[in-house]
Amino acid sequence: MVGLSGYLIVAAMLFAIGVVGLFLNRKNVITILMSIELMLLAVNINLVAFSHFLNDLGGQVFVFFVLTVAACEVAIGLAILVDFHRLRGSIETDDINTLQG
Amino acid sequence: MLESAFFNLFAGLCVLSALGVVTARNTMHSVMFLVFCFFNAAGLFFLLDAEFLGVILILVYVGAVMVLFMFVIMMLEQKKDELKSSVRQYLSLGGVIAVLLLMEFVAAASSGVFVHGAHATAAHLGQQINNTEQIGQVLYTKYLLGFEIAAIILLVALIGAVVLTIRKRKDAKYQNISAQVKVRREDRVRKVRM
Repeated sequence: MVGLSGYLIVAAMLFAIGVVGLFLNRKNVITILMSIELMLLAVNINLVAFSHFLNDLGGQVFVFFVLTVAACEVAIGLAILVDFHRLRGSIETDDINTLQG
Repeated sequence: MLESAFFNLFAGLCVLSALGVVTARNTMHSVMFLVFCFFNAAGLFFLLDAEFLGVILILVYVGAVMVLFMFVIMMLEQKKDELKSSVRQYLSLGGVIAVLLLMEFVAAASSGVFVHGAHATAAHLGQQINNTEQIGQVLYTKYLLGFEIAAIILLVALIGAVVLTIRKRKDAKYQNISAQVKVRREDRVRKVRM
């Protein structure tokens, strides 16, 4: 029988790998988006695990909402990326400096 | 016994493929690793009696979001030789932060709050209980407002993505519908006396 802490540890590892991915792939916006997806997946695993072990369906409903918002975020992010590529011909993060940030 | 074997299988493959996402040189390989990671996470959801969310994860993520990623990567192909230099530069900082974060999470997860008592084990639901039906019953009653807001967010994202990526081509000929509707007979037909 696998306890709650097993699922929590798996989710923690996925989240940490997502954080490492943010640092390792600073040049590539698409990989940054994928690292964010990994972190969201870790959060979803936590929510489902707590929902199962506390016998409360609210956690699963919130996973549903997180999936919705994540899908929207990816769609908008990739649309911005396509638009930027059309404008500059490049999607490297070093070239995204129009706002002087 | 069988359950913990499947848990170890899914969890191990999930973490390994997540590492593959982060370290793959080719972005397309990262996408494939992420797809594999999502399949294994769906397996974990099945182990947690959340069949509906497991199926939704495969349908929405693998079927829609990752395909969108693939299309964008295929459209915006870029150089792949950048990773090596940035690995040296950022691995120390990112590694330290991630290891600290992982240690905190693992310490919290195994601190004893979640190991003993009611959190430690939960019996699986009976075979006659339908997870999809249960979620539907709370989603359309207790969480109805959130459901509607999610629908509006999806609509806004849909329109936003179209507005961001649409472009007018100079060489294409467009209809001007209002001008076409407003035209009158006198604008087009001229009577000539023979």
